[in-house]
Amino acid sequence: MAKSNDQKVLSTLWSAGCGSHGGCGCEIFVKNGKVTKVEGDCNHPWNQGRLCAKGLAIREYIYHPDRVLYPLKRVGKRGEGKWERITWDEAYDTIEKKLKDIREKHGAESVIFCQGTGRDIGGPITFLMYAYGSPNWVQVGLAGHACYTPRLGAMFATHGNYTVADCSQFLEKRYNSKEWTPPKYIIIWAQNPAAGCHDGFYGHWIIDCMKRGSKLITIDPRSTWFSTRSEVHLQNRPGTDGAIALGMLNVIINEGIYDKKFVEKWCYGFSELKKRVQEYSPEKVEKISGVPANLLRKAARLYAKNKPSAIQWGEPVDAMPAGSVVAQAITQLWSITGNIDVPGGNVIAKNSHGVTTYPFSSAELTDLYGADLVKRLNEKRIGANDYPMIKNFRGWVQPDVLIKQMETGKPYPVKAAWIQTSNILGGQAADPKRHYEAMKKLDFIVAVDLFQNPTTMALADIFLPAATIAEKESFRTWWQPLGVSVKAIKGLGAVKSDWEINLEMAKRLSTTPIKYKNVREVIDERLSAGKTNFEKLKAKGCWEFPPKNDPSRPYYRYERGLLRKDGKPGFDTPTGKVELYATKYKEWGLDPLPYYEEPKESPVATKNLAKEYPLILTTGRRSPVFFHSEHRMIPWLRELDPVPVAEINDEVAESLGIKNGDWVYVENTHGKIKMKAKASPICPPEVVSVPHGWWLPETDGTAPNLFSTWDHNVNNLTSMGNQGKSGFGGTNYRSGLCRVYKVEGGKE
Amino acid sequence: MAKNGLLIQYDWCTGCHACEVACKQEHNFPVGMCGIKVNELVSKAPDKVYVDYTVAVTRFCDLCAERVKGKDVPACVKHCQATCIKYGPLAALVKEQEKQPRTSLFAPK
Ligand code: SF4
Ligand code: SF4
Repeated sequence: MAKSNDQKVLSTLWSAGCGSHGGCGCEIFVKNGKVTKVEGDCNHPWNQGRLCAKGLAIREYIYHPDRVLYPLKRVGKRGEGKWERITWDEAYDTIEKKLKDIREKHGAESVIFCQGTGRDIGGPITFLMYAYGSPNWVQVGLAGHACYTPRLGAMFATHGNYTVADCSQFLEKRYNSKEWTPPKYIIIWAQNPAAGCHDGFYGHWIIDCMKRGSKLITIDPRSTWFSTRSEVHLQNRPGTDGAIALGMLNVIINEGIYDKKFVEKWCYGFSELKKRVQEYSPEKVEKISGVPANLLRKAARLYAKNKPSAIQWGEPVDAMPAGSVVAQAITQLWSITGNIDVPGGNVIAKNSHGVTTYPFSSAELTDLYGADLVKRLNEKRIGANDYPMIKNFRGWVQPDVLIKQMETGKPYPVKAAWIQTSNILGGQAADPKRHYEAMKKLDFIVAVDLFQNPTTMALADIFLPAATIAEKESFRTWWQPLGVSVKAIKGLGAVKSDWEINLEMAKRLSTTPIKYKNVREVIDERLSAGKTNFEKLKAKGCWEFPPKNDPSRPYYRYERGLLRKDGKPGFDTPTGKVELYATKYKEWGLDPLPYYEEPKESPVATKNLAKEYPLILTTGRRSPVFFHSEHRMIPWLRELDPVPVAEINDEVAESLGIKNGDWVYVENTHGKIKMKAKASPICPPEVVSVPHGWWLPETDGTAPNLFSTWDHNVNNLTSMGNQGKSGFGGTNYRSGLCRVYKVEGGKE
Repeated sequence: MAKNGLLIQYDWCTGCHACEVACKQEHNFPVGMCGIKVNELVSKAPDKVYVDYTVAVTRFCDLCAERVKGKDVPACVKHCQATCIKYGPLAALVKEQEKQPRTSLFAPK
């Protein structure tokens, strides 16, 4: 129990402990150099004192006996689990020599820099990668890059900026802000916001809005707490969200209930869109999705006729057969209803004060590293030349192209991997066996993490121990406010922060001098764009909203000339308008208008297969106590969600002789995994819902078991190489076919 | 002195489990023991399937006796992500119940 005389350190959470997309203000209580407790900070506008289960369990994470606290080198074969403790100097020397050799022989591009989605990783990993000279920044195995990037790309193409549901998070007085009004309706599209803070959005803001009058519309194949409280629940067949969006556009346009003034003044390509959506009558959408036409009409009318209203969407949108197209259609919903950048609508979200964690733009990179690197980045980046949207939207590798290249060595071989914050085999990658085989052959692999996991065990040659959030300094600019994380305790053992590791490594590997002496200098330089620094923010309680009239403050920025570089009113697109007809998509060789694409594998597309595998497998159900593949070793959390559970409709389960709590196999053409059955009407009859990222840290970590990842990781049932035309979306994460049957004897 | 208790507006409870871990952290409860427990409640009604959560306060709840000596509210009250747990004198909480839909009251030993 923390006593009131413990020292209290204010900070901002961003993973490595809480496992999250961060943003919560916290109080870290410290006694004799040890964290005694972590609580929410009541003065922080983001979470207003609250904290999720993961944040509250950080103490168990920091002091977990399995944490890796010293650099390790592998001494046995890969996967044998034989490690030897080494010094940082030895680790750095080894890495420096190996990576320099590889660069000399094969070029910097033959080293890939792999991240997941935890911690403050985007800044430090690109910093190191550019210093080394590689263009290959990747989320390995994330098929169709199905995690937010497709949605971001669609928003960028449509209105030149990104938007999020407005729950007053851009205003320091939050719900008491005069300029804010709650959304009349919130559409919760393919997400369970109660399970976390997806994409930098604190899920319970939705509940805060509901208490202030917001009503709900939920689009989700399953019944949830939110659908229970919704005026309309569109329970569609998994994978058909694109049809739902097009059907809603059809209703809103044909019934003339869109915002005519806004469309006339600020939108481009309305007549083309109008023509396109004629192909998607509610009746046709009913046939595709199973959602009754009248229910679809009702949802469309409620959304369009009640302004302002907002849409909060989730990752399944990205994973649709044409992820960036489905995202585009949804973007158009808030566009034609004039719900963009208005209070209580979908507000434009910009990095606070214009600060970025690290320069991602070509201009800034040219300044730092020279034009040659920037040119090479685009020439050699894996997948960039196959997909113009991948090339032009952001500096990522296309993961489906990468796996092929790792296997074939064409057009050039991949020789080494720097893996930081990513459990590729145990959670991130589709078809992890295929990635295992391909990555085993790499010459050299470094993993930076806090615990051993299936990936580090199977692949790493060197393991570098990273710090938790309480053991490091960092900063956060993902939307708002601008925040800093304060070091509350000395790192355990020899751990270092990701920024420290990457700065030190960059100094050894960079081809041009690195000017920063320490991490604080990096942070302060980034923060200087917001006219502040680490100490100032820390003194203010770790957060600050942008000043009045800053372009990163809401609302109506398109009217005030705050979105475009030329200072003119309008949107930051080629036409200056919201592009319903996306000229960017056209330029990238894509259909400028949205359309529906059926999943590759479904009861409709593959009728014969559906006879053998009659159920639809939808993966990635979020647990409120885990972040992706993290936290399975944290006792307080594991107790609340002890085993991987497949949800299956109660009546279907009965017909299959499956009872609640039985161990079952979920099987498809790729393989089978073991789950405990939960027979519940939560799932409609045709759907099986399975969580992702399951491995058992308490079991044997060496190969071939690798913490039982092959038995329980649902990604063993997914595959690579199904990417959509844009390079985004398309895999069977959310909509494949499967069957479920009892494990003999009902025992594990 | 008037007895205190907890008012749970369980209609708002999303099943996020924050209260349980808050309680565990506050009391260093081992696995298997907690002051508060959240359960999913699925009902199959003719119109639709309802998903709710109920919150049970257990025999191990001491209303955060140490904590509330200062200015702090109980750990579960502070951290509940749906802000649906209230702490206070029982009489006041009962009054509150008359206004709120679907609540339950916990009165300690
Ligand atoms: S009041 Fe304190 S002891 Fe009781 S359930 Fe809440 S956190 Fe646990
Ligand atoms: S913290 Fe609140 S919302 Fe979350 S489970 Fe507990 S009572 Fe429910």
